[in-house]
Amino acid sequence: MTSGLLVATTVLGLAASVVGAIAPEKTRTPLSSWLTIVACGFGFVVAVMVLKSGHVAVVHTDQLLPLSGFSLTLDRFGALFMAISAAIGACAMVFRLGYDGHGLSSRTASSVLPLFVITLLLVPAASSVTTFLFLWELMAITSLLLVLVDQRHRPEVAEAGQWYAVMTQFGAAALLVGLVLLATHSGSQSFSAIAAESAHLPAWVRSSAFVLVLVGFGSKAGMVPLHVWLPRAHPEAPGPVSALMSAAMVNLGVYGIVRVGDGLLGGGPAWWWLLVMVLGALSALFGSLHSATSTDLKRLLAYSTTDNVGLMLLGVGASGLFASTGHAALALVALVAALLHVVFHAVFKGSLFLTASSLQQATGTRDLDQLGGLLRRMPVTGSLLLVGGMALAALPPLCGFVSEWLLLQAMLHGLPSSNPSLAIAMPVGVGVLALTGGLAALTFVKAAGIGLLGQPRTEPAARASEVPRSMWLGSGILATLCLLFGVAPFLVIPAVVDAARNITGSRSTHPLTGGWQIGLSGMHGMLAPGLLALGLAMAILLVAGARRALQRGAVRRTEAWGSGRELQTARMEYTATAFGEPVTRVFEDVLRPSHDLEVSHFAESRYYVEAATFHTGLDDAFERHGYRPAASGLRWWGTLARRVPNGSVHRYLAFGLVALIVVLVVVG
Amino acid sequence: MTPSWPVVSVAAISLLQVLGVLVGGPLLFGLMYKVRCRLEGRVGPPIRQPLLDLRKLARRERTRPEHASWIFPLAPLVLVATTLVIAVIAPLLAAGPAFGWSADLFAVVYLLLLGSVALALGALDTGTAFGGMGASRAMTIGALSEPALLVAILALSVPAHSSNVPVIIIRSLSHPLWLATPERLLALVAFLIVIVAESGRLPVDNPSTHLELTMIHEAMVLEYAGPDLALVRLGGSMRLVVLLALFADLFVPWGIATAPGAGHLAVGLVATVAKVAALGVALAAFEVAMAKLRLFRVPELLAGAFVLAVLAVVSALVMP
Repeated sequence: MTSGLLVATTVLGLAASVVGAIAPEKTRTPLSSWLTIVACGFGFVVAVMVLKSGHVAVVHTDQLLPLSGFSLTLDRFGALFMAISAAIGACAMVFRLGYDGHGLSSRTASSVLPLFVITLLLVPAASSVTTFLFLWELMAITSLLLVLVDQRHRPEVAEAGQWYAVMTQFGAAALLVGLVLLATHSGSQSFSAIAAESAHLPAWVRSSAFVLVLVGFGSKAGMVPLHVWLPRAHPEAPGPVSALMSAAMVNLGVYGIVRVGDGLLGGGPAWWWLLVMVLGALSALFGSLHSATSTDLKRLLAYSTTDNVGLMLLGVGASGLFASTGHAALALVALVAALLHVVFHAVFKGSLFLTASSLQQATGTRDLDQLGGLLRRMPVTGSLLLVGGMALAALPPLCGFVSEWLLLQAMLHGLPSSNPSLAIAMPVGVGVLALTGGLAALTFVKAAGIGLLGQPRTEPAARASEVPRSMWLGSGILATLCLLFGVAPFLVIPAVVDAARNITGSRSTHPLTGGWQIGLSGMHGMLAPGLLALGLAMAILLVAGARRALQRGAVRRTEAWGSGRELQTARMEYTATAFGEPVTRVFEDVLRPSHDLEVSHFAESRYYVEAATFHTGLDDAFERHGYRPAASGLRWWGTLARRVPNGSVHRYLAFGLVALIVVLVVVG
Repeated sequence: MTPSWPVVSVAAISLLQVLGVLVGGPLLFGLMYKVRCRLEGRVGPPIRQPLLDLRKLARRERTRPEHASWIFPLAPLVLVATTLVIAVIAPLLAAGPAFGWSADLFAVVYLLLLGSVALALGALDTGTAFGGMGASRAMTIGALSEPALLVAILALSVPAHSSNVPVIIIRSLSHPLWLATPERLLALVAFLIVIVAESGRLPVDNPSTHLELTMIHEAMVLEYAGPDLALVRLGGSMRLVVLLALFADLFVPWGIATAPGAGHLAVGLVATVAKVAALGVALAAFEVAMAKLRLFRVPELLAGAFVLAVLAVVSALVMP
């Protein structure tokens, strides 16, 4: 039954792709979108069935990939990720029905987009090295093509595509080497055989495979320092694609790290997981600082993805560290917290990227400094941004709060410990979590406050009107889920716990007491998000009622007072740049902003300024100090190497001879 | 754990806490202003003056700036509502397992954050330069004080194995020596700095200034008038009471009711009021002697608080 549905999902997705390629222009978008939505629906059903029953769905065929065969095995852990991808995929497709422009309605894009969605669904089901790498590469290539659809009109898209192509291929190479290393040493390429064999592998094979795989998956997840492509590619991609990339594709990076680290290798020494935690903490801090200071709405969201991936890795790393120091129950709690954050981040980030694309379509810009006053002009879209943003800021009663609370609890209970690595890692982890939480709140206030509130800063923002229904419906479904999961997290927690136990093989008892209260069994720590939400709603109504009772007459609309200003124009409003300036200044050493002030004076006197231009920029420090020098070094090496093959046939023959001799020497 | 408390007494405690915070907030501000005036050689207004001010404001007309959306009138409601919820769930007068369901310190921190975020959005909604300036500064200080606060909470939670407030309080009542350990003292200082920053008092923010270069909180609420302004003021003073009461419970827990019953409750009420008033007087006296810090020196203060909190955790681990 489940296997049949899995095949149906794949076939429907491929059909959507074919329809996208051959259907006439008018029916192309709706037909392929609806087919993809149905495919996602089937995928979601399979995933939920597997999550509920625990029976794996298996599909194997020798026809598709020569020599190795194509094999899918969907277990509970994979099913969790498949369910997320399916939900995000369906909502993105609903959104796409009303989305126009950005080249997404072209023949190529319409046929590649369903393919991308299907690979997102199938990657977590792949159960052999070849199948996995095949689907992984297909996902990379289709997403790259989708990022590039608009490249003819905007040069920055091509640049983003280049960054993405290089980083994803680098990651894929690391992944290939790491997985092949495991496969050759364990004598089989199927995941189950590797898992059975991995305990007997030599330590260096295990460790080097883990580090390589961490690099490969980390680059896809946007982990610092491999994140540089993410804040370029995600914003430049068309709306539905950026949501799919940020809400579904990055998850698969986390999926891979857990699948290989906990599943195939069955856990490892403490230093693996400390490394994961350190990289996670770096990603969280760096991502949140940049999202607090960015002024481009989608770039800000992309950096926040890096931030949230960091939090997930913090949880995954803490879980591995607990497992390696013999705290099995805590390890499960930390992994559940990380996976819960994967689910919740997908929901709110998907919603936010779709909403941001709606704003972009309505105003023609993503620059916060050119928006403003949109909540009154686009009430639905604006409210959706508020809901998603509150979840991003981990504010109660939305879902982000629940997963961050659980992550904090897991780290808290890791102490007191006699183990020094735990004793240092956990307080630092809490500090990182707290700082990123505070910065996320600032980011939310900036994005919503500058983008939606106050006066419109430009003409297009003043003329903006609500987007078509299917667009706000797509992000609205996800925003509703944010609220639902925040109030009633028990709807997802059992599935996440099952998935976590499935991958770790943990026998420890149910770590969380369920129902309206979440509690950690055997430990103190309890939260009732539903009651908290109810209390908040009642308190707000109560205070509102009191104010109403006191009120005399209607509310008078007045000119803003502004400490006695005679005139309030949009140019006097605070901008996003100004809003983030204190953070830039406080973290100057990390962010390294560039300032450029040019003042020209009148010839008559130096005391009179003729013109002044000020330019300030915030580049990615890793890009400027790491990647750019590396790229120019490579270019230098390339020019040097180009001199060697000069077109002379004799020289090429000599190369062939030398190569032959080397091969003979090595083999002999 | 002691057996659960009767529902009536739990309800009575919650009601008492809410009323206490509602009335106590403005009175605390009045008391602090009185102390300040006396120390400066002035007579000062009566202690109940803030309550009279609230009554005056409540009678006035409500206004809304022309560009503002529905966020602007909602923000004061959220500010007061979050504090009310904290007053219901946090064990300010009594520490019993009945409050277990949500008396979590992390939940309290995030509720406070929700109130601050609402106020900052309300400020940006006015579309004036001052609103944005205040919001930006307040959110930056909030973001920087959060790590210090959470790590200080961690330091208190480690020996008690819980971030649940009653658990921490009961543990410190049964181990009085624990109150004088280095980790408690370090966490105490970190906590105090954060309270000062969160409630916008000197040296972080000057509540009585309207000088544009220095104001933070006042810049955010410039556009509020009438009942809305009354709510903003009430919310601000309630937050200070809640924070001081929590501080008192965590660091000087004696007197808090640990068993149900009118007698215990009366003692708890008197003790909490006395402790909060004493802390308020101390804070006011401290403020008279302090000048406001430059805005960009505040992060250093908060970083110092963070370092103290980390040291508190470390010493909690070294000396169990």
